[in-house]
Amino acid sequence: MGDLSVIAGQLFNGISVASILLLAALGLALSFGVMNVINMAHGEMLMVGGYLSYMVCQVVHGPAAFVCALMVAFLGSALLGGLLELTVVRRLYGRPLDTLLATWGVGLILQQGARSLFGAIGVEVTAPRWLSGSFTVESGRLAGLSFPHVRLFIIALTVLVLGLVAVFIARTQWGLLLRAVHQNREIAEAHGVNTRRVDLVVFALGTGIAGLAGSALALISPVTPTVGQSYIVYAFLVVIVGGLGSLTGTALAALLVGIFSSAVQLFTSVSFADVLLLVMVVVFIQFRPKGIVVRRNRALEET
Amino acid sequence: MRIAKGLSYAVLVALLGAAPYFLSSYHLSLLGRFLALSILALGLVLAWGRGGILSLGQGVFFGLGGYVLAMHLKLVALSPGDLPDFMTWSGLDHVPWWWNIFRHAGVAFAAMVIVPTLAAAALAWLVFHRRVGGVYFALITQALALAFATLLISQQPYTGGFNGLTDFSTLLGFELNDPAVQRGLYWATLAVLALSFVFAQWLASTNFGRILQAIRDGENRIRFLGYNPAPFKIVVFAVAAAYAGVAGALFTLHVGVISPAMIGVVASIEMVIWVAIGGRSSLLGAVLGTLLVNFGKDWISSAMPELWLFVMGSLFVGVVMILPQGLSGLHALSRPGKPLLARFRSRATYATPHGHTKKKPSPAPALEAGGAE
Repeated sequence: MGDLSVIAGQLFNGISVASILLLAALGLALSFGVMNVINMAHGEMLMVGGYLSYMVCQVVHGPAAFVCALMVAFLGSALLGGLLELTVVRRLYGRPLDTLLATWGVGLILQQGARSLFGAIGVEVTAPRWLSGSFTVESGRLAGLSFPHVRLFIIALTVLVLGLVAVFIARTQWGLLLRAVHQNREIAEAHGVNTRRVDLVVFALGTGIAGLAGSALALISPVTPTVGQSYIVYAFLVVIVGGLGSLTGTALAALLVGIFSSAVQLFTSVSFADVLLLVMVVVFIQFRPKGIVVRRNRALEET
Repeated sequence: MRIAKGLSYAVLVALLGAAPYFLSSYHLSLLGRFLALSILALGLVLAWGRGGILSLGQGVFFGLGGYVLAMHLKLVALSPGDLPDFMTWSGLDHVPWWWNIFRHAGVAFAAMVIVPTLAAAALAWLVFHRRVGGVYFALITQALALAFATLLISQQPYTGGFNGLTDFSTLLGFELNDPAVQRGLYWATLAVLALSFVFAQWLASTNFGRILQAIRDGENRIRFLGYNPAPFKIVVFAVAAAYAGVAGALFTLHVGVISPAMIGVVASIEMVIWVAIGGRSSLLGAVLGTLLVNFGKDWISSAMPELWLFVMGSLFVGVVMILPQGLSGLHALSRPGKPLLARFRSRATYATPHGHTKKKPSPAPALEAGGAE
């Protein structure tokens, strides 16, 4: 393998990491943008999605099993997220730091719950046959470079979800309400928008997407009770870099973070990549404190 | 009222001071390390309770203090020309220069305060002078805790990796496992805690403390009054880090080990719950909360280990939703002369300035519209 194919391989890795990060961060960014709330149990929604896919794959067999698993993971996590919104998050509006702590507590409970149910050792979801194998470049300067089907599938899934969410926000009635609340909650309320219901839908949608992310993640690594925690800190960084609840911002930020950490790993160790990533984020907010995409309005904002 | 308060503090300190005479050595050693931890909690009260700055990475500063002192202790335990055991295993042939700095006790003692303070001040300056704060700051400190812990684990030859630094023998010539020295250490910890308490109380009562509180309640209003909030937030965050550093060093002495597991993401956020349980804006509450949660943890996790995370999770949810001012909120509830209703009303106003709740209109809705914490 030549140098070029190593670099291209790492770039591909970066994009595939970015796509999972994007799925994980999308819901966070949506609920942060609309409700100004960070859900620390978001990582556990990933975990729930992963375990749900595992259970579905135990029961259902055949080529469509994983598609079923994706749907169950989405619905299950969305339901759980909706429940969390109704019982906890809703009662803490206007206290973002307290929401952080309360949802962290919920996350701990979910983690320990998973440990009690499934054990501390991870469970595996075997990829369906149509996803095993890989696509290898045979000749040319990139010879030897291989793209596993699973990772290509995850990238495709991410693009699909991103597209669907974009259409949902731009073209549907609910999307319109969502944008209204996002731009100005008080005015939207004054126009008769039921902001509480919009919040519920946004939150459930976000956690549902996290469930999808967990399901996708289950294809490439075992599902453990702490699988969410290992991804969620990076997802938070993506939200910080991306800006308040903007799809484009979040997508760009996920790409930036994913490719940056993969690229840095070419030169240093994984742990230094973590440190450098944090340094990169802190340097980044020196230039764009509000993230890549800034929501502009005339309200006085405190962050 | 003042006299009664002073008297109750005196009784409390006397009781804690006499603890070596009536507690078993096991419980005394637990109490000692938990008192060390409550110094960190005092810092969190200043930063979070007074300044509204939630740090989810306080373990980093705790760890800096702890590791600085541990490096000194490791070096002292060596015979001349020797290397700490884990360095030999990893194939180093000499002690790195940045270890040697801490060979002198005075330097190590100064550094265990200065290093965390400067690190915190630098981070806080970078973040706050760009007017980034609130949730963003909390998330950045959490990422810092993750990065610091992974870095420590990965640099096995220099930091002892996952096991951290342990096997200390003497400090300033005192044998650390001599019971008399351990009792002395307990009293020293208590004295440092008392001093930190008095200093924190004083700091909160100055104009600095008052402006800090105003920043917490309405940063923009303080800006309109002509203040720049950033320096206040930087200073209080640095003070909290200094507290954490001292706590880390004392804790390391009590336990005899410092390792990445004690300072990572999970450990750091656990520190916040001590303060939340006790009452985020009450110094005494934070100390009691620290003792309560840690003794509870010790008891539950030895009786039913798998239950502890459930308990802690429920504590997080419960205290935030039902008792936002922690145990000290209970105290305020029962205070005569302040009707119950008033307390609930004050809770309602606490939630409104952000414009999301409908309980009571915000005093200045036009200014705060769209505002967040």
